[in-house]
Amino acid sequence: MSDENEDRPKRLALIASKGTLDWAYPPFILASAAAAMGWEVSIFFTFYGLTLLLPELDAEVSPLGNPAMPMKLPFGPAKLQNMDLPIPTALQSFPGFNAAATAMMKKTFKNKGVATVGELREMCTDLDVEMVGCQMTMDVFGFKKEDFIPEAVIGGAATFLDFASKADVTLFV
Amino acid sequence: MSETFQADKVLDCSGMLCPVPVVKTSKAIKQIEVGQVLKMIATDPGAPPDMVAWAKNTRHELLDSHQEGDKFIFFLRRVR
Repeated sequence: MSDENEDRPKRLALIASKGTLDWAYPPFILASAAAAMGWEVSIFFTFYGLTLLLPELDAEVSPLGNPAMPMKLPFGPAKLQNMDLPIPTALQSFPGFNAAATAMMKKTFKNKGVATVGELREMCTDLDVEMVGCQMTMDVFGFKKEDFIPEAVIGGAATFLDFASKADVTLFV
Repeated sequence: MSETFQADKVLDCSGMLCPVPVVKTSKAIKQIEVGQVLKMIATDPGAPPDMVAWAKNTRHELLDSHQEGDKFIFFLRRVR
């Protein structure tokens, strides 16, 4: 089991296509961990993932249409916190429910010691993770390069494929 | 096999979850000289396998990894 080209850094190519709080985590976690291991990393942000390039991150999460998402109480006795709250689907469609579910998830993450999405993104920029905004979807959703964090660059499918063609790990998130 | 090494720097990642201990370790190892030893302390049970993978990928040397109560202790030598 000999690693070939030992001196070439490994490469990770990610596509981040989702902008909800739960799906914002995987690309930034994998990218920061890989960069911390000396890998070259590029994340291609497309469709709803583009919002993860905005300076103010306000990713939310909804249990609606997300039936496996556990609803956990972020306070109270441990036994209660570990319980999955049985909230009727109809109730989940009320205004403000996403904000409440988001606040609960953020609080639970904080209690457990999980970094925020913003902190993870900052770790990525510190570690020189390349962040590419997809020009086509930017046009569709009305984003300009200036809307994004200064570290973001712009590219298209060919840009991603060129990087991915030399990547050791490629994932679509 | 909890051999103790002389640490030139100590990094406490207690209470932090994946991937923060790995990211902080990669920063801390750059703050010591080649040949020096970093002691890292973590409470995340994911840290022991992650530090093995980190050392393998960065080619720094994981001198020792052991558990003391709820703490995981790592001694890492900067190789390059």
